[in-house]
Formats: sequence, structure tokens, C-alpha cells
Amino acid sequence: MPEVVIRKRLTCVEAIFHEGGAVAAKPLRRAAMLTVIRNPFAGSYFEDIASFMDDLKPLGLDMARRLVAALGGDAKIVEGYGKGAIVGSAGEIEHGALWHVPGGYGMREVLGGAKAIVASTKKVGGPGTRLDIPITHINASYVRSHFDAMEVGVPDAPRADEIVLALVMTTGARVHARVGGLKASEIKGEDGLR
Amino acid sequence: MKAKIRKIATFVEETLREMDREISPPTRKAAAVAVIENPCAGKYVEDLSELMAIGEELGEMLTSRAVAALGIAGPSAESYGKAAAVGENGELEHAAAILHPKLGTPVRRVLGKGAALIPSSKKRGGLGTVLDIPLGHKDAAFVRSHFDGMEVQLNDAPRANEIMVAVAVTDSGRPLARVGGLTKNQIKGEDGLR
Repeated sequence: MPEVVIRKRLTCVEAIFHEGGAVAAKPLRRAAMLTVIRNPFAGSYFEDIASFMDDLKPLGLDMARRLVAALGGDAKIVEGYGKGAIVGSAGEIEHGALWHVPGGYGMREVLGGAKAIVASTKKVGGPGTRLDIPITHINASYVRSHFDAMEVGVPDAPRADEIVLALVMTTGARVHARVGGLKASEIKGEDGLR
Repeated sequence: MKAKIRKIATFVEETLREMDREISPPTRKAAAVAVIENPCAGKYVEDLSELMAIGEELGEMLTSRAVAALGIAGPSAESYGKAAAVGENGELEHAAAILHPKLGTPVRRVLGKGAALIPSSKKRGGLGTVLDIPLGHKDAAFVRSHFDGMEVQLNDAPRANEIMVAVAVTDSGRPLARVGGLTKNQIKGEDGLR
């Protein structure tokens, strides 16, 4: 079982008051947490990597908790989420896929059983690579007002033998959402989709 | 508030390891960034006092947010810096008006002291412009372990008629500082230099 070795953490919280329209009564807040870890599989091909997902679970939980804390500490205000990974140049995209289970698990635990699939993206890249993390509603993927994305990155990561792991949470709809579709108030919440 | 704020973002960067050595406690930097409307965009304005007043209120707000993001009391901050990016319809002098005449006093009020010059950088640029905020010790500019910088960027700012204003604060120097010079426990703190 490889150890999870953390070099660096970056937390980013945005409060969006308006985007040319009326100033929101409650600003939309979006928070991202990025952790730079050593990639235990960098440099050569390893067939068996899946057990590292279990090793990453405590980190997923810790990052989800830190994100809720960055948004004020109340998990109930979280309405949207997403996740992503950037693998350094000595790794492969499959190493980023290791984040799917522990990243999603961590957020579901902290948010009390969110139903929707956690939207995600990943890539291989060098230090400073930017990643557009997709965001959807935590209980119903089709809620149109909550489709969003947050661009994140760490200036000096990932180095070749590192992975940047990212989680994102938001407190609501896009600040001037007005293109119709399923509303958050119409969620049935049974299948994670509608 | 005089400033018309579209968005505020805070960033916290923690370094736990460097060159495979543990950094204990981790070094930490925080930056708070406001994206505001540039009241002088698109025309030549001789008197920039409106921007100077905006700088004063942003100095207070951004420093308070950066310190809060670190979870420390103001006087525990060790180094600081400031920066601004002006959107394409503005002028470099607009950044100067925000940063230099009045922003520093409230920064120092929040941090308790701050005898040293607040290092700064400014530029004009488009969306996603990267700000490298210079950092220096707040009470003695010559403390070599605290010369550093923090990179921040927002993919959607500054728009043409906006200005991005940033204040960065740390509770530590570089992770493995070892190039000599004045150390923080040698500070006299009288002239802001040593």
C-alpha cells in the first residue's frame, strides 16, 4: 500500500456578487480544494494500481471537510459539486482516474448522501496546468441552473512525479441563471438525475 | 462601499513538503482578490481620487479576508504584498492610484504594525491575467527568508472595464530558506528596513 505523501494544499473561495446584472442578495460562493501528492506510480507502467483508491479515501474525506469549513462549516448550504485531477508528466491519465471513487466518497460522506454523480475531468499536464472542473447539482444532475465550472490550478504543480487532486463545492445556481430547464425546487431526488 | 465589486476570491496555499523534506509547521500564504468596476475606464481622467478612495476601503477588506483565511490574528502575519491588474480599457496609472496613496494604511491597521514598504506589482491585461504578488517581511524589508511571491489568477477577470486588486499575507517565510541575510529574530523594526 503506497503512502499518500502531500506536498502542498491550495484552497480557493470565490464570492460572486453579479456578472453585469442585479447584485445577488446572497452571493454565489464556489470553493475549490487542491492537494498535491506524490504519484507512487510515476515513471513506469504498473498493472495493479486500484488499491491506491482505498489509500486516498481519508484524503478525500479530509478535503471535503476542509471545503465545507472554507464555506462556513455548514454542509447544508452546499448545492453543487465537482472533482478533477491533473497528473504530472511521468504519470498516465489512468492515475487520475484513481480519484473518482475516493473523491466522490469523501464529498458524499460529508454532504450526507448526495445522489447525483459527481461531474469530473482530468488531464496530464505540467506545473501550472489549469483544469476546468465541471459542476452539477448534488442531488439531480439535470438541474440546469447549477451547471457551472471552476477553473483551478497550482502554479508549481504537478511536477513530473506528482498528481493534483481537486474537489469543488458551490452554494447555488449561476449568479444570473435564466435559461430554463429543471429547477432545484422541482427535484424528485430519486435517481440522482431529476 | 465606493467600489462596485463583482467578485471576491481568497486563496490559501500551504506547503507541507519541499524537496522531500517535511515542512513543519507548513508555510502558509493567503491572498484576497477583488474584481471591481473601473470608474475611469475608457477615458482619460486627470483626477484619480475616486480610485484612491477605493484603494483605502479595499486595503481594509482584502487584508481582513486574507488574515481570516489563514485563521490568525493580524499581528501574527509575517509578510505581505499587493498587486493590481487593470483591464484593457484602463490605464496602468489606475492601478497605481488604487495601490499606492491610501491602500497601505488600513493594511497596517489590520496587521497591527507594518513598518516596511509593502512590495507591489501591477500590469494591464485581459481575462486570466496572472498576478505575481511580491512578498516581503512586514516589519523589516531586508529579512531575506521572507522574500517571496504568490501567484493568483481568475479566468474571468479582469474584463475590459474592470480592475483586479490583490493583497497577500503570510504567516511564514520560504519553506527551506537557507541563503543567509537578516533573519526575523534580528529585526530591530525601527526603520522598516532592518
